[in-house]
Amino acid sequence: MLEIFLERLRQGARTGTFPDALPDLPARFRGRPFIDAERCPAAAGDGCRCCLEVCPAHAIYREEDGLSLDMGLCSFCGECARACPKGAIIFTVDWRLASTVREALIVRPARYCAPSLPGGGLPASHGLPGGTDGRRYVLPESPITPVTARDRSLARSFRLRQVTAAGCGACEADLNVLTTLVYDMGRFGIDFVASPRHADAIALTGPVSRNMRQALEDCRAAMPSPSCVIAVGACAISGGLFRDPAASVALSAGIQEGAPPHMPVDLFIPGCPPHPCTTLDALLRFLGKKTPPLD
Amino acid sequence: MRASSSERRPDDGAFEALSLRNGAAVSLGDVPDMNFDSFARWIAGSVRTGCRIAAFFAVARGRLEHRVENNGTHFLYAVLADDATGLLTVARAPVSGKYPSMARAVPALHLFERVIYEKNGILPEGHPWLKPARFENPSGPAAGDMDFYRVDGDEVHEVSVGPIHAGVIECGHFRFQCLGEEVLHLEISLGYHHRGVEKLLAGLSPARIPSLVEVTAGDSTAAHTWACCALLESLTDTPVPPRGHYIRALALELERLACHTGDVGAIAGDVGFLPTSAFCGRLRGDWLNMSAMLCGSRFSRGLLRPGGTNFDVNTILAREMAKKMETILRDVRGATHLIWDSPSVMARLTGIGALTKADAVALGLVGPASRACGLSPDARRSHPLPGLPAPPALCTADTGDVNARTKVRCDEIAASASFCLDALRDLPEGEYRFRPDADETLPLAPERLAAVLIEGWRGEVCHVALTDKGGGLAAYAVVDPSFHNWAGLALAMRGQQISDFPLCNKSFNLSYCGHDL
Repeated sequence: MLEIFLERLRQGARTGTFPDALPDLPARFRGRPFIDAERCPAAAGDGCRCCLEVCPAHAIYREEDGLSLDMGLCSFCGECARACPKGAIIFTVDWRLASTVREALIVRPARYCAPSLPGGGLPASHGLPGGTDGRRYVLPESPITPVTARDRSLARSFRLRQVTAAGCGACEADLNVLTTLVYDMGRFGIDFVASPRHADAIALTGPVSRNMRQALEDCRAAMPSPSCVIAVGACAISGGLFRDPAASVALSAGIQEGAPPHMPVDLFIPGCPPHPCTTLDALLRFLGKKTPPLD
Repeated sequence: MRASSSERRPDDGAFEALSLRNGAAVSLGDVPDMNFDSFARWIAGSVRTGCRIAAFFAVARGRLEHRVENNGTHFLYAVLADDATGLLTVARAPVSGKYPSMARAVPALHLFERVIYEKNGILPEGHPWLKPARFENPSGPAAGDMDFYRVDGDEVHEVSVGPIHAGVIECGHFRFQCLGEEVLHLEISLGYHHRGVEKLLAGLSPARIPSLVEVTAGDSTAAHTWACCALLESLTDTPVPPRGHYIRALALELERLACHTGDVGAIAGDVGFLPTSAFCGRLRGDWLNMSAMLCGSRFSRGLLRPGGTNFDVNTILAREMAKKMETILRDVRGATHLIWDSPSVMARLTGIGALTKADAVALGLVGPASRACGLSPDARRSHPLPGLPAPPALCTADTGDVNARTKVRCDEIAASASFCLDALRDLPEGEYRFRPDADETLPLAPERLAAVLIEGWRGEVCHVALTDKGGGLAAYAVVDPSFHNWAGLALAMRGQQISDFPLCNKSFNLSYCGHDL
């Protein structure tokens, strides 16, 4: 017994400082991408396809006015940044990726703006092109409309039923981590529950396999209203690596493209898997709580 | 790397299987065609002398037209691992529509035969109980719709759990036959996570394969991706610089450290011992953060690629990682010691969910679950890939229960951490990734078979690829350690209290998506 107390003293209190302070992310973390319009050959009307061709998730595609990168498909592997001959694609360490609007997950070329204060903003991910050029980025946060605007009561108690519909286990693991003492999301009134009857939202992971479709439907139907759906990770948002957007179909007969069309998603949390800070930031903003500002 | 000479096993009959080193590619023409009887005798004889079934799958003849004189619509391929010689042996037999089941003689084949029946429609005649494995066929029965083993009796009741479980975990269906609290039998029905990964992999261009492999079983990203990279490297003759090998080994051990630490914590949580549970929950995250220091992802995503790795560990990072590692290791030791010093915890772990050594051999168990039964399969030691430092020490126990599995995992934490510290200190100089001169992908060698074993934290991950005449992938087989071990969990539950299921389950912590693919 004494040993337990001594060990507790040795290890100390370990709850992380986020969201009271900015999260402590590793230098090589790959968060929100930035496409530099001044460098991107494709944005300049060039026929360059270097990044499109290497993207394993088909997350980059060509639009009339240049390239688009869909964070809802992106696996954040960084291959596009390595492939770009001009270093136009930069992954910043910005963890704030989630949005209540699907369209807001699409990143389009933009002009670089330095932060107003020196040392403001966030650096680029080290270990990729642009990682050591000293530029710092202030990128617009994707919009999140708080669910509490709809239902005030959720602000203090928000219960999630996690459903893994053929997820690989990584999104699930990094959701589970939110319940550990490091993130301790219980202190914000957010928790996982076993029964859909007790849940306010489904936290959906995985590309939704044919074999999980019925169980997912049953779970959704068992939830009392008001309720919502949160798609966690690229698979749940779009099918991720299991989808070919060029053909607009799932790659395999065994899966569909993430959350089914009749199950509208209220909050999209991109990543493969999303970092726990990305998810916590998303949930807190979804509940109308304050998160630390960048500059 | 090329195949070593074929070997003859005179005691098993007059036929030869082809031997190859782990990670080697052989010409498909050199893989011996056996008639089915010889093939079955070879498998049974090899398993009797200590070989394990690493992979067993069927490939349609249409994909491989190199031997026209044989009859049959498909080839059955078997890859066996011989720990004593450190070699893999491979052979194939042509079959049409059916073959006599070998599962009674070699129980480890029971699930492989079910999968082949489901995937390729080849009937294993006389299989003990042929039922769906992954519910792969859209026109077949819905997931979970099958005959379950049932025990009848006035006081016998059935408990049905899943597919969705109470916690934040993957999905699967369990049927317990219980007499009061006692579990007479547990049957596990999986397939809910079936995504068609093997089929997808065989259709992808080689450059896209590693990314999809990374999401095959998310908690074993490094193990699966390493296996796939080694396959592609041997099929394209791509060298890996020594530094790349070391960084891969680091990633693999970090994955092991994270999962073992997390599971020891969860085992403590399942017996209501909160100090270790709380400490380890945090410490698991610290190990994951070390993977993120290495490559930006807590799950080693985007790190391993053919030719080496995408990220280097320079001197400063190596020193930083070693320092952090020592701190985490000290805390893990402090957290796990509490278990072994608490009689109340020991009483809950000892004798629970025990498996005998004989059962572990018969089922072909791998990884810590097998090492806890007194066996010593460890691909890092028995089938090392060239260019790697000496593997971590072998950790075994002999009681086969939850206690033994927990002990093996705690010991492996110490062994892996010490391996990582050595590797960080001794990182070879030079490049960490081989870059071909021309900026183009290397073509796959045509008509080859390559096989790789990587010892992930759950056990041996096996990837096998076959290429066709044009250098395209004709087949890609993935065997996750969970595939071997699920039957072990079912057997371990016999005669146990149903309330001990979470504890037994956690001591194995098997992957659903790794099984379902």
